[in-house]
Amino acid sequence: MSDATNPILKVDGLTVDFLSDDEPVRAVDDVSFHVSRGETLVILGESGSGKSVSTSTVMDLIDCPPGDIVAGSCLFDGVELSALGAEARRSINGRRIAMIFQDPLAYLNPVYTVGRQIEEVYESHGAASGKGARAKTIELLRRVGIPEPENRVDFYPHQFSGGQRQRVMIAMAIALKPDILIADEPTTALDVSVQAQILDLLRDLQRETGMALIMITHDLEVASSMADRIIVMNGGKVVETGIAKEVFSNPLHAYTRRLISALPHGNAEAAPNRRSTTIADKTLLKVEHLTKHYVLASGAFSSKRTFKAVDDISFEVGRGETLGIVGESGSGKSSVARMLLGLSVPSAGKAIFAGENIFEMNEKRLMAFRRKVQMVFQDPYGSMNPRMRVYSIISEPWVIHRDILSKDRWKARVAELLELVGLLPEHADRYPHQFSGGQRQRIAIARALASEPELIVCDEAVSALDVSIQAQVIDLLADLRSRLSLSYIFITHDLPIVRHFADRIMVMKDGKIVEEGQTSALFGAPRHEYTQSLLQAVPKPKWLASSIVGA
Amino acid sequence: MITYLGRRAFHSILSVIGLLTLVFFLTRLTGDPSALYLPLDSTAEARAAFARLNGLDQPIYWQFLEYLRDLLQLDFGESLRQNRSAMQVALEAFPETLKLAAVAITLSTALAILVGSLAAARPGSMFDRVASLISLAGASAPDFWVAIVGILVFAVGLGLLPTSGTGTWAHWIMPTFVLMLRPFGLLVQVVRGTMLSALASPYIKTARAKGLPRQKIIFGHALRNSLLPVVTVAGDLATSLVNGAVVVESIFGWPGIGKLMIDSIIQRDFAVVQSTILVTATAIFILNIAIDLLYTVLDPRIRY
Repeated sequence: MSDATNPILKVDGLTVDFLSDDEPVRAVDDVSFHVSRGETLVILGESGSGKSVSTSTVMDLIDCPPGDIVAGSCLFDGVELSALGAEARRSINGRRIAMIFQDPLAYLNPVYTVGRQIEEVYESHGAASGKGARAKTIELLRRVGIPEPENRVDFYPHQFSGGQRQRVMIAMAIALKPDILIADEPTTALDVSVQAQILDLLRDLQRETGMALIMITHDLEVASSMADRIIVMNGGKVVETGIAKEVFSNPLHAYTRRLISALPHGNAEAAPNRRSTTIADKTLLKVEHLTKHYVLASGAFSSKRTFKAVDDISFEVGRGETLGIVGESGSGKSSVARMLLGLSVPSAGKAIFAGENIFEMNEKRLMAFRRKVQMVFQDPYGSMNPRMRVYSIISEPWVIHRDILSKDRWKARVAELLELVGLLPEHADRYPHQFSGGQRQRIAIARALASEPELIVCDEAVSALDVSIQAQVIDLLADLRSRLSLSYIFITHDLPIVRHFADRIMVMKDGKIVEEGQTSALFGAPRHEYTQSLLQAVPKPKWLASSIVGA
Repeated sequence: MITYLGRRAFHSILSVIGLLTLVFFLTRLTGDPSALYLPLDSTAEARAAFARLNGLDQPIYWQFLEYLRDLLQLDFGESLRQNRSAMQVALEAFPETLKLAAVAITLSTALAILVGSLAAARPGSMFDRVASLISLAGASAPDFWVAIVGILVFAVGLGLLPTSGTGTWAHWIMPTFVLMLRPFGLLVQVVRGTMLSALASPYIKTARAKGLPRQKIIFGHALRNSLLPVVTVAGDLATSLVNGAVVVESIFGWPGIGKLMIDSIIQRDFAVVQSTILVTATAIFILNIAIDLLYTVLDPRIRY
């Protein structure tokens, strides 16, 4: 399949520092890898492992300073890249080595049409211009699966969906049929079914053009579904390297083993059960016919159109129970959460919490209710005031609800809560930016616990975290549930995450509940085809997929 | 879009009416014009006759109602000083101000974009530091002081430039330069700041990964995304210039609307003050709507 003796790119002993006020920080430490034409190399690692820095160095995207390439060579098609002059180096980017990134909305220029941005590739490398470039661009958009490319070519990035934007990025990258395509977390921001389509597209394009693919990811399933060979990075170093199937079935390094065991759905039987042990008997929350309509812009000549974000749904949550709400973006799952927390007003329906309809509460009752229901958001950094210390963040509920705790006990209670979520009491004096993503989510959980809630709504609470951190946070939530007899509504787009955590699962699509049931039953025999497609969209290891072997 | 423009125009008209009301009463607080227009030894009868002739003997609310009635008939009153239509006086002075403002703001914006972009392209470089120094000095130097020193050095001392007035292109140099200082200084800082954050944006990485030439990355991709705040600040500065650069016009004897306004206030020429305010306010509202429309051209995500 690949010519291992003659790699198109050979990186050897790459070491990159970032200069800071005190000592330089070593981001990449003696990293070597190679990739051949037609081969897929996956660089697997969690955030901060140096996986992006290594490939960015190959692309000459590291600014020096603050970057400092201490040592190493990048041999591309027999040419040492670092020895090239600026102009010669530039002519390789986009023409012979191309790159796509994680978040296509941020990585596409918002003020230019997608067509213009793709034409630019042809023009800047002298491959085509004017009408010729435009015709090629339209053809390219058609190839990557953009419908009606003749019209869409003049659209701006914000007018496309997330998956289409990534297709546009891919079109831009493959415009000049590069020898190597570097894909940096290309599907991390996408829904699982869209992810499957994008991965398929990448595989097809690789087969057509015979390009080498270097894929950077933190997602083990994506890695296993794409990789011929794999290197695992941790702390700037390569800890394991080998043929993908061997690395996955027989990981040698402790870090790789830990990653693979943290996989929420590797082996259904072996994984620890984090579901609640007590059986929910009393209903805590009962939602009936909850509906949210948005009126879309109504012009003088068009009739009023409504968008049904949430369309007549009913469900219950018992005391001590965890309900998983699963759906892709736009399914209405977050709208449900927002209404339950009183952050938006429902168009119709009831939600009975401890015997009282929360949509009909007066100000005073609502205040008391809000204590009992707390929320943990996806982005802990965005949902915390960066200028407040952890102490103020956690103690703020007591400023609002004065009856919870007298002020002289705040300090002790903050320390207690921090310990409860696995942090240290002295962390109270720090600011949010001084913590890692997982630690910040622990702070967010501590803040939610401060008002002694009965129900915590987690909206994609672990989606932004690394796999091994995800498992830790889920463990923490499960532990807190049994100790404090909490109930959770756990909203996620990632079906496997909730597998060992939720007691019941509700699958949402287009504002409706398409399937609901006990977790084991739903995973064992999904009835609705949407649930089935969600489960199937989870990437399968490449060595199990028959069609690719030997291609 | 049309509804948006209609709404903006309606709000603007309301604001102008409010402004004119305020100005009407405030100007009358400055005192009685007859004290300025009649000889010091005029009799009480002569003063009363002057007041009656100009309608100043009526109660102030009645004067205001009459003013509003005249406005509806597009009668803006007579200048006490020049004995002709006050609006005509204002409209004669306004183009002088507009010309000066347009030249000063265009030149300073263009120059600031160039200097600010280059400074942001190499932060911390010698060019960046010199540009920051000059722009800070420009933004903080008092314009009247620069104007007077300029006259002393270039007109009185070296005799290179005329001290004041209009006519030749040489008359333009000092007023334009003095008017440009502050906008240039502020805009360099704005451009540099927004360019720095634009250059750190993800889409710049994409442009580099595409292999675009450096100047195309800076002036094509980063600059276009940096222009919104620049337009906001430049528009604000343009507004203050259109309002009449009172100090600069007075020092250089530039026959613009700022000079006319200050002269008319001193002379208690109420009708002219009101007319100048009406003219500049209208111009500023048009300018603001134009800036809003420019946003939609610069950023396709903005739609009204």
